[in-house]
Amino acid sequence: MKLTVHTPPEVPLEAEILSPTSLAGLSEAEVSALIVHHGNRKEALGEFFSVNGKMNGRLELEGDLSFVKLIGQGMADGEMFIEGNVSGHLGCGMSGGRIVLNGDAQDWVGEDMTGGSITINGNAGHMVGSGVRGAEQGMLGGEIFVRGNCKNEAGGAMRRGLVAIGGNSGDFTGLNMVAGTVIVLGEMGIRTGSNMKRGSVISMNPARMIPSFSYSCTYQPIFLRFYLNYLRDVGFEIDDAWLNGSYQRWCGDAISLNKGEVLLYQS
Amino acid sequence: MKIRSTEITDTFAEAFKMSAARIIITAESDYWAMAAAQSVTGFATSVIGCRCEAGIEKTLSPKETPDQRPGVSVLLFANSTKGVGNRLVERIGQSVMTCPTTACFNGLDGTEEKFSVGEKLRYFGDGYQGSKVLNDRKMWRIPVMEGEFLIDDSFGIQAAVGGGNLLFLGKELSSTLQAATAAAEAMRKLPNIILPMPGGVVRSGSKPGSRYKALPASTNDAFCPTLRGSAPKTELGEDEACVLEIVIDGLDESSVAEAMRQGMHAAVEAGGEGLARITAGNYGGNLGQYKIGLHPLLQD
Repeated sequence: MKLTVHTPPEVPLEAEILSPTSLAGLSEAEVSALIVHHGNRKEALGEFFSVNGKMNGRLELEGDLSFVKLIGQGMADGEMFIEGNVSGHLGCGMSGGRIVLNGDAQDWVGEDMTGGSITINGNAGHMVGSGVRGAEQGMLGGEIFVRGNCKNEAGGAMRRGLVAIGGNSGDFTGLNMVAGTVIVLGEMGIRTGSNMKRGSVISMNPARMIPSFSYSCTYQPIFLRFYLNYLRDVGFEIDDAWLNGSYQRWCGDAISLNKGEVLLYQS
Repeated sequence: MKIRSTEITDTFAEAFKMSAARIIITAESDYWAMAAAQSVTGFATSVIGCRCEAGIEKTLSPKETPDQRPGVSVLLFANSTKGVGNRLVERIGQSVMTCPTTACFNGLDGTEEKFSVGEKLRYFGDGYQGSKVLNDRKMWRIPVMEGEFLIDDSFGIQAAVGGGNLLFLGKELSSTLQAATAAAEAMRKLPNIILPMPGGVVRSGSKPGSRYKALPASTNDAFCPTLRGSAPKTELGEDEACVLEIVIDGLDESSVAEAMRQGMHAAVEAGGEGLARITAGNYGGNLGQYKIGLHPLLQD
């Protein structure tokens, strides 16, 4: 099924129904009649999208989606391909399936997700893979791939899963992290790993560590080969030198459990 | 039936149901991968005395291993899933984790049964261990003095076949040894099997039971040339003065059978006139679940 924007919303449109899971078994007319929140009003989805085709586990979205929030919320299965920039909360709470976005996403990509994968062939905003404010844990599983850059707090409070950023990440990468893995192929902003308990934040560039992290050693972590080869398989450009290289290991955060790590490629 | 001058007895090898695991050991170099593989397969010739049978299946190039380092594939057999699992924990813990630069991975995917190995060995990390889950693969990182020991959380265990065998009966030691050595060499090139005995060959073949109550097995007197005339019966012909045996364990019956087939041809070639006969050990078909006939193998 393909949904194409014919009237771009002028204020945020909360379209949590836009997922293969939610639209399974519905006809074009039934999908068009579904209610979405446009600002503070309830309106039919058909006021914004033209709907074509049958749902067979694959949903395509196209057009100016920059005011469309919550796409793929709670998605459990199927595939969704999106052409265009989207607003926040893409794939939040998703538990399965695959989202591929050819464009940029705003904040809270994969917030509280437990499974499935999100690929963003563009840039992402703040809080990629994070939990909501105040939550003790965020992402509990699944994978988020951002080909471009992301902003602050990537992997915030994540407990399981993988967040991979092809470009740079902002400040506080891995903030409050409980476990899981964040890999930034570019550069990270400041205060990486603040208050992290466990988990791994890995970057292919130097980073300025906060004082509550201690330098452990420089070594060759074998497990990282699995991750880098996996990222190569899903389309990231991985330098052979990273596979065989040495990494500085910093452990922290000492103000927390002190069992997290930041690995920084050295040579 | 004869191949050249060697008679092939119309009999069968009686083999048994076993459980097996394949472990992939990798390391910084071939040397260290092989060092760990040799250690982990040490003292594993027979379940009778070693509680498992293990051997090196083959060496692996970096392209064939999970972490793209040089590796060795090892097969380990025991009488039950639990038996295999417990031996893996003991042996990987003592012989692989201890060996510089190694990592250890499950080599059997898709098995119904799995046994937690890394999940148990992780406690060596004394709370500093960590796990990683990627694409449904869970691994443990155990800190060691040289860096980290990486091991899969669980290992697949599958039904297998143990006790495939061939007996080479020669006119004297030299040609019998040449025949057995060549057979073992040919078999070792095949996948899915191991030859758990030293160099692949055993001279002390056994029969079940003993006149001494404490022993579950004792010398196969019917095949001992020195006992001709003193043991109750002999299986040896007049010109048969030396017997060597090859035991084959495999992941499936067809792999064991193929090893036996190629082993017989290689033995005949190398043993020449000195190899009088090839036969196989069985218990009349009353104990084992598999009967691998020698003649059918050569007729295929």
